Amino acid sequence: MRSFANEIRDGLDQALAEDPSVLVFGLGVPDPKGVFGTTLDLQEKYGEKRVFDMPTSENAMTGIAIGAALGGFKPVLTHQRLDFALLSMDQLVNNAAKWHFMFGGKRSVPITIRMILGRGWGQGPTHSQNLQSWFAHIPGLKVVMPALASDAKGLLLSSIFDPNPVIFLEHRWLHNAQTEAADTNRPIPLGEANLLREGDAVTVVSVSYMTIEALHAVDVLKEQGISCDLIDLRSISPIDWPKIEKSVKKTGKLLVLDTGFKSFGIAAEIMAHITETCFRDLTLPPARLTAPDYSESTSPALTKDYHIRAEHIAARIGEMTEREISTEPILNARNAAHDVPGNWFTGPF
Amino acid sequence: MTPELTKSLARGMRRIRTVEETIAARYREQEMRCPTHLSSGQEAVSAAAGALLRHSDLTVSGHRAHAHYIAKGGNLNAMIAEIYGRVTGCARGKGGSMHLIDETVGFMGSTAIVGGTVPVGVGLGYSLMMKGGDDIACIFLGDAVVETGVFHEALNFATLKNLPVLFICENNFYSVYSPLEVRQPTAREIHEKIAGYGIHTASGDGNDVAAVHAIMSDAITKIRTGGGPAFLEFSTFRWREHCGPNFDDDLGYRPDPMIEEWTARDPISLFETKALSKGSLKQADIDAMQQEIDAEVNAAFDFARSSDFPPAEEAAMHVFADHMTGGMQ
Repeated sequence: MRSFANEIRDGLDQALAEDPSVLVFGLGVPDPKGVFGTTLDLQEKYGEKRVFDMPTSENAMTGIAIGAALGGFKPVLTHQRLDFALLSMDQLVNNAAKWHFMFGGKRSVPITIRMILGRGWGQGPTHSQNLQSWFAHIPGLKVVMPALASDAKGLLLSSIFDPNPVIFLEHRWLHNAQTEAADTNRPIPLGEANLLREGDAVTVVSVSYMTIEALHAVDVLKEQGISCDLIDLRSISPIDWPKIEKSVKKTGKLLVLDTGFKSFGIAAEIMAHITETCFRDLTLPPARLTAPDYSESTSPALTKDYHIRAEHIAARIGEMTEREISTEPILNARNAAHDVPGNWFTGPF
Repeated sequence: MTPELTKSLARGMRRIRTVEETIAARYREQEMRCPTHLSSGQEAVSAAAGALLRHSDLTVSGHRAHAHYIAKGGNLNAMIAEIYGRVTGCARGKGGSMHLIDETVGFMGSTAIVGGTVPVGVGLGYSLMMKGGDDIACIFLGDAVVETGVFHEALNFATLKNLPVLFICENNFYSVYSPLEVRQPTAREIHEKIAGYGIHTASGDGNDVAAVHAIMSDAITKIRTGGGPAFLEFSTFRWREHCGPNFDDDLGYRPDPMIEEWTARDPISLFETKALSKGSLKQADIDAMQQEIDAEVNAAFDFARSSDFPPAEEAAMHVFADHMTGGMQ
């Protein structure tokens, strides 16, 4: 068994070993906790010039990553929270995303920016934001969101060796996810969604941590005679439209799951796109389950109904298929409070 | 100063002046359809840097970048074609006046956000440190850049890692119409504030090309020999409006005595008058030099105007690279 966090660490390790132009830096990268275990021992192995801690200067360090890339390196910059990286929007949007475009294709910027997002455990309004749609809205940025531990390394390797800036978003609740899949160093191409479950009742399109909740829901419903297609996007930009369209043409029903806010988000875009391209295949209006249009509070009393969980997904699929379903198997299987990913998580962050 | 250097500095300044004034003269033809920030009056700093930097030194700049690009050796045809929006432009018409690039001479890019290329320059410095050797990164910036957070963040990192980075600040006292004193405390000059980082700093008259050259030469030697980053401040004055081909002092935002004092101190005539009187430069040299420059600049404008516009489909191209590009990959 290997964890998602191990897989990220092994991906960095492999990239550093394979290519001397790879650099890894970020606040806390060489510290004793190693960014939730994802950067442990890398500085010892590759030295302080290739793996290093950094000043609390998110914007400049992003620009420095761009400059190092122009100088022939492939930097991987890590932010412990996406919220901190908002300070770097100028460099990301005005420089990284546009360098190749605004200089007429003269030079690509191969940088990877890891950002950790999440929910629960009192992370509150400024430590929990899932702003993937911000980045996906910007032409020139790729946005990758792994869900399965078995995808983490392959997607990270593709991101690091992609010639473009890639925003690599890791959900905090996934770091302890386990995989028994064979250990491979094969990169997973960006823009290829993964059809995790097959069925003809509803097309469920999901991303990042929502895929874990969706797997529970879809598997429980299968036992109740409702089989769904479950598509894990893996990357938001580029996005695998053909796979989504093909499934919707089969099922006629679309449910989109996103970890971000509802309005103007990834789910909205997918619903709009499918409405444009598959309108006549749809037998129901497209549906979405997302975070609501208000920030996450800190108190567990205020987050109880904030998160989308497997039972909500199952219930919505039941509505869409006009079938009586039971969410009891999901509720009975849950062994942890609503604000943690499992009993293994005891904080502090 | 050797006769070669004297000629090189005069020539460097005259090339920039001729390009900028030709742009100003032709702008009303409405064929250069982009915001254009001219450097007339500010040629000395660029000319000195051009005489000292190698092609393997990596340079970035901001919105007023023509002079820096020209001085670094950037392809003049490609720059003028870029301003004319032609496919032969250095950015194939994607960037215009504010987005210049010629990696073959180490001009790695200029962009339009104040302070935006400062960390990029420091990152280039990091790459040079990693590679060893004595090449340096050179960042051109204006007085407003030192008001940005990203400048201080980047300078902090350059100092922390002792990177080979030269910060060249051209202080022309105005950010568009806003004078320095409404933007920064003036009890200390910019270079005095920066000295708090503990790096090498110096300042000088940015219209005295010989002085600029001496100060810059000293700083570059220090950086090349492992001395870490240096920050140089040169006061200077732009003749024309912040953006565009006109003079705008009818608006009254700069005091008359300041305008008179600085325009009387034209960096080209200041330098040449002295050189002529010392005999290190002859009027015939200047005339011949100017003739060559006129021919070169006219040819660049002819090249630009006779070049094709990019095909319409290029508007949607270059969003993503499908492979690593650029000379250093």
